[in-house]
Amino acid sequence: MSEIVLEGRNLVRDYHIGGGLFSSGRVIHAVKDVSFKVEKGKTLAIVGESGCGKSTLARIITMIDAPTAGELLIDGDKVDLVKDGLTPEMRRKVQIVFQNPYGSLNPRQKIGDVLGEPLLVNTAMPTAERRDRAMQMLLKVGLGPEHFSRYPHMFSGGQRQRIAIARALMLNPRLLVLDEPVSALDLSVQAQVLNLLADLQDEFDLTYVFISHDLSVVRYIADDVMVMYFGEAVEYGGRDRVFSDPQHDYTKTLFAATPRADVESIRARLARRAA
Amino acid sequence: MHLLEIENLVVEFETAAGPFRAVDGVSLHVDEGEVLAIVGESGSGKSVSMLAVMGLLPWTAKVTADTMRFAGRDLLSLSAGQRRKIIGKDIAMIFQEPVASLNPCFTVGFQIEEVLRVHMGLDGKARRARAIELLNDVGIPDPEQRLGAFPHQMSGGQCQRVMIAIAIACNPKLLIADEPTTALDVTIQKQILDLLMNLQAETGMGMIMITHNMGVVAETADRVVVQYKGRKMEEADVLSLFEAPRHNYTKALLAALPDRATGDRLPTISSIFNEDIDGGAPA
Amino acid sequence: MADTSTTAAAAKPVDPRLAVLREFWFYFSENRGAVIGLWVFLFVVAIAVFADLIAPYGAIDQYRDALLKPPFWQEGADPRFLLGTDAVGRDMLSRLIYGSRFSLFVGCIVVSGALVVGVVVGLIAGYAGGRIDTLIMRLMDIILAFPSLLLALALVAVLGPSLVNAMIAIAIVQQPHYVRLTRAAVLSEKTKDYVVAARVAGARPLRLMFVTILPNCLSPLIVQAALSFSTAILDAAALGFLGMGAQPPTPEWGTMLAEAREFILRAWWVVTFPGLAILITVLAINLMGDGLRDALDPKLKRS
Repeated sequence: MSEIVLEGRNLVRDYHIGGGLFSSGRVIHAVKDVSFKVEKGKTLAIVGESGCGKSTLARIITMIDAPTAGELLIDGDKVDLVKDGLTPEMRRKVQIVFQNPYGSLNPRQKIGDVLGEPLLVNTAMPTAERRDRAMQMLLKVGLGPEHFSRYPHMFSGGQRQRIAIARALMLNPRLLVLDEPVSALDLSVQAQVLNLLADLQDEFDLTYVFISHDLSVVRYIADDVMVMYFGEAVEYGGRDRVFSDPQHDYTKTLFAATPRADVESIRARLARRAA
Repeated sequence: MHLLEIENLVVEFETAAGPFRAVDGVSLHVDEGEVLAIVGESGSGKSVSMLAVMGLLPWTAKVTADTMRFAGRDLLSLSAGQRRKIIGKDIAMIFQEPVASLNPCFTVGFQIEEVLRVHMGLDGKARRARAIELLNDVGIPDPEQRLGAFPHQMSGGQCQRVMIAIAIACNPKLLIADEPTTALDVTIQKQILDLLMNLQAETGMGMIMITHNMGVVAETADRVVVQYKGRKMEEADVLSLFEAPRHNYTKALLAALPDRATGDRLPTISSIFNEDIDGGAPA
Repeated sequence: MADTSTTAAAAKPVDPRLAVLREFWFYFSENRGAVIGLWVFLFVVAIAVFADLIAPYGAIDQYRDALLKPPFWQEGADPRFLLGTDAVGRDMLSRLIYGSRFSLFVGCIVVSGALVVGVVVGLIAGYAGGRIDTLIMRLMDIILAFPSLLLALALVAVLGPSLVNAMIAIAIVQQPHYVRLTRAAVLSEKTKDYVVAARVAGARPLRLMFVTILPNCLSPLIVQAALSFSTAILDAAALGFLGMGAQPPTPEWGTMLAEAREFILRAWWVVTFPGLAILITVLAINLMGDGLRDALDPKLKRS
């Protein structure tokens, strides 16, 4: 059996809303009792619509927020943010790529500094070596050395997403959380970024948690799929099983709502329309 | 005669870096009862060309065209006042961000009735009745109650329904939908698209669906115009476009769809297309 | 390739800093008033810098033979003194020229003092949130609740009247504005993905505050600094006029006004010229500040 990089056991996250002078406030259950396991080198896709708790789950996995209850294990080690805080070693193991490539890069930071920052704050590496590493990573994600000293606003969305991926990889993480990494991109650029992710996964034996609402992308990239609905994992299993034989009603609704771009469906629709 | 006919539309913007041509010689037409999809990636000028038709571009834009005719009237020669009478009444538009398209300071009912007051000249009672009827048509439950709701009290899907109600309030001949479902979830997208298609079939209005999503094109369009960097690449009916795309750019676009992936990696636009804009078009 | 082609601005081989500057100038120069304001301001700066060379006489040199002489175009003028003399025979023009130094000095010191303190306090309030935020902001609300000049007056009364104390007082009165502005900017930047990304990369709070967030909050602060520069000059003049700022015989414009008060009916020029100097300088800086806002505030930017 191959090693388990990430495991969540009965994760729960509640948010307390309001609670003013006269009201007692409400509790929102953003994530309810979610469990999963991801093997090394595999991709777990978390699918759901807005407000289903998938981004909250991403923040828990990335150790930005602590779960209200449940356990998060990375490489078999239990993470307890509240009690132990976060060690740099743990920090390095999980990195994240965000959805919006325009908000995820500091507008006042040159690309070289964006890539060098994780090394600067986590290691005692000399400047020259940081520079070399950053340059190598820049080339690896398909950008050129001339991009090193440019500012983020000079790049297109796809290029920025490449930079964000490069930054996430600077610390050699074990696990990469991809929070809708291609939903803000054009179709052609989306294909390039998905290919890049596949290449990097092969090269570094990376484990991905891929969060998306786009079923066609999920079907293409995932090994396992978890469907979330109002904070609950309503469906969890291998990709082929979930896509060929969805169990939960919500999964079925989701599949039915996804637009089809194959010729047969178009023909059927045109026939309906003519009738 | 076509409902909307545009020939050789050019839109240029004056920017700090010099003039920028967003739309470069686009010609297209829509007939009554027809759904035309304009598909393209960001920067293809698909929204700008329709905003030019609506006269909604900022003053920095320079719009020229050989022909721009709507229902037999030349839009280019109309005065701003005459144009305003057509826009919002005979041509309506809905936008990508439903929540941002509604004024947060006023109730939904007020915003629907305002359109009716400006364009239809109905009295208060008739306006209210029509507003309720419209909300009913776009599938908002309990319309009498919802008239008093503010946009922030409604979900994105419901706001888009209200936008559609406002758009169809004056029985437009042409509805322009600019990425109407991009900001919405898939299940809501399905509902909104179904609603739009039903309304279109019922009223027989012409519709232009601007989108970047090939799935939405496949689900809605009769005819498709593919744009890239401000130019028209291909125009075809929807079936032949998906079955046998003629232009290299269209081929590349379809091949990049993950649902059509066959191998381990997706074919990318650049590996097929190589900016060869003029290549592949039939002689 | 669609992905690797950069935006139009980057296509030309220009230095990115130069391109940013050029874009800034494009938006700034669209505002005609701002450009005029900039030139007037530069003119005042030049006068202040070269005061020793330009001024025909010293600021406190007295000519007992020419008391209250009118400016050159009026009857009875002394051709030696272009803008006339004051009650003790000092050349008005020279005093105005030297006075520009004090005004700019006051503006610079007050603004930089208020800016530094305000930004640091605002960053802490915005970043820390919770009780610290509440404590700081309520304190600032209390300062803001006083009429600013009155508070400055009270502070000077405690510290003792002098130009330095007046500047300290004005800086204290002004810094809540910077705190509020910084806090608001930090609150909106704090939740952005790039800050979270820096956190995930392991950056510590101090680095997040000063290296990651602060540079992105600067635009509104620059505008506020420009506008409060003029307020500082105005407040300093007001304190000087009330006898709580610079003390005679310092040629500070507000103090000059105060000294000339009793001659307002007999010799209009001793009051008018310092007043005009204040007016023109403050107006120029305000116009310039408006232009800065047009150029730096992306919300007002027209595409």
